[in-house]
Amino acid sequence: MPITETHEIHQRRFGRNLGVALCLLGFVGLVFFLTISKLRNGGTLEGFDHAVRPSLTVEDTE
Amino acid sequence: MSDATANTSTQDQEAQFGDYVALLKPRVMSLVVFTAFVGLMVAPVGVPAVVGFAAILFIALGGGASGALNMWYDADIDRVMKRTQSRPIPSGKVAPGEALSLGLWLSALSVAMLGLAANWFAAGFLAFTIFFYAVIYTMWLKRWTPQNIVIGGAAGAFPPMIGWAVATGGVAIESVLMFALIFMWTPPHFWALALFMKSDYDKAHVPMLTVTHGRPYTRRMILIYTALLVPVALGLGLTSIGGPLYMAAALVLNALFVRGAWRVWRRDEDAARADAYGAERRLFRFSLLYLFLHFGALLAQSGLRTLDMGGW
Repeated sequence: MPITETHEIHQRRFGRNLGVALCLLGFVGLVFFLTISKLRNGGTLEGFDHAVRPSLTVEDTE
Repeated sequence: MSDATANTSTQDQEAQFGDYVALLKPRVMSLVVFTAFVGLMVAPVGVPAVVGFAAILFIALGGGASGALNMWYDADIDRVMKRTQSRPIPSGKVAPGEALSLGLWLSALSVAMLGLAANWFAAGFLAFTIFFYAVIYTMWLKRWTPQNIVIGGAAGAFPPMIGWAVATGGVAIESVLMFALIFMWTPPHFWALALFMKSDYDKAHVPMLTVTHGRPYTRRMILIYTALLVPVALGLGLTSIGGPLYMAAALVLNALFVRGAWRVWRRDEDAARADAYGAERRLFRFSLLYLFLHFGALLAQSGLRTLDMGGW
């Protein structure tokens, strides 16, 4: 059966699948804008990732 | 659901997207959204608009998740009661396991996302609220005591505290009083409904005060809880989020609510039946307006304070 053929279940579940797709799309958009907002408001840009980086080390005052 | 079972489903039994939305109890969600929004807006610290929007969305989603868990657990009594027979599980549209799975996954998602979007204190609070509604109220109190409405009302009262916690990261007297306002409002609101709704709770073995203690006792309790509600509502007006506008609204609304509760208390069943439970219906309808206008007044007061036009 070619993959392009539409099964009856595709029609029956169209509304449900569309709803899930829109929710996922909305979720991705929300996470994107949340990230932008957090970065603009000075959220942490880099964290500890097992690599030594000068910007994350405590400055030696002596 | 496997393909085999999916293919044998009939058209009218196929769950649509709206059936899954119905599992989240959208009407309850609207109260959660509004009160959480007010809690967030009246807080002394602001949050970026996107963070505020996301926080309210995830609080609502958490509330919806607890609704799905409630429908999963209560499917047996929903099948018995006329009012709830058309819900997605008793009507056979959604399988109980699906509702449980949706409730658990949405709970985890909403708590984790609220923690990431706002802070982990608010997220913990949301997790506790879901636990309180799904386990303490639904699984324990609801079928055990006629005080189910009183203690279970706490679950519906937490959202403004969570909204406040999103902005401030903590708890304050203002947020506790917003909680107390909804908590004390819930019993008279539901008992007024119980007086005029011909419900089949007894058929489902759910102890309701009108059945276990009788209607005169329920009327007395409505008046007592309304009297206890008044100092909470007015006390909220004396905190930093109150002000002349809120206080004026609270004075009028509470006077009207006490008058309504007094009228309900004074009547007996014969008088109530004679006018088709008119006073009880009016009290119930007014109780909705009461809560909406209190939180609306808090919001308006907060707006005036921002414009330097109000507040104490």
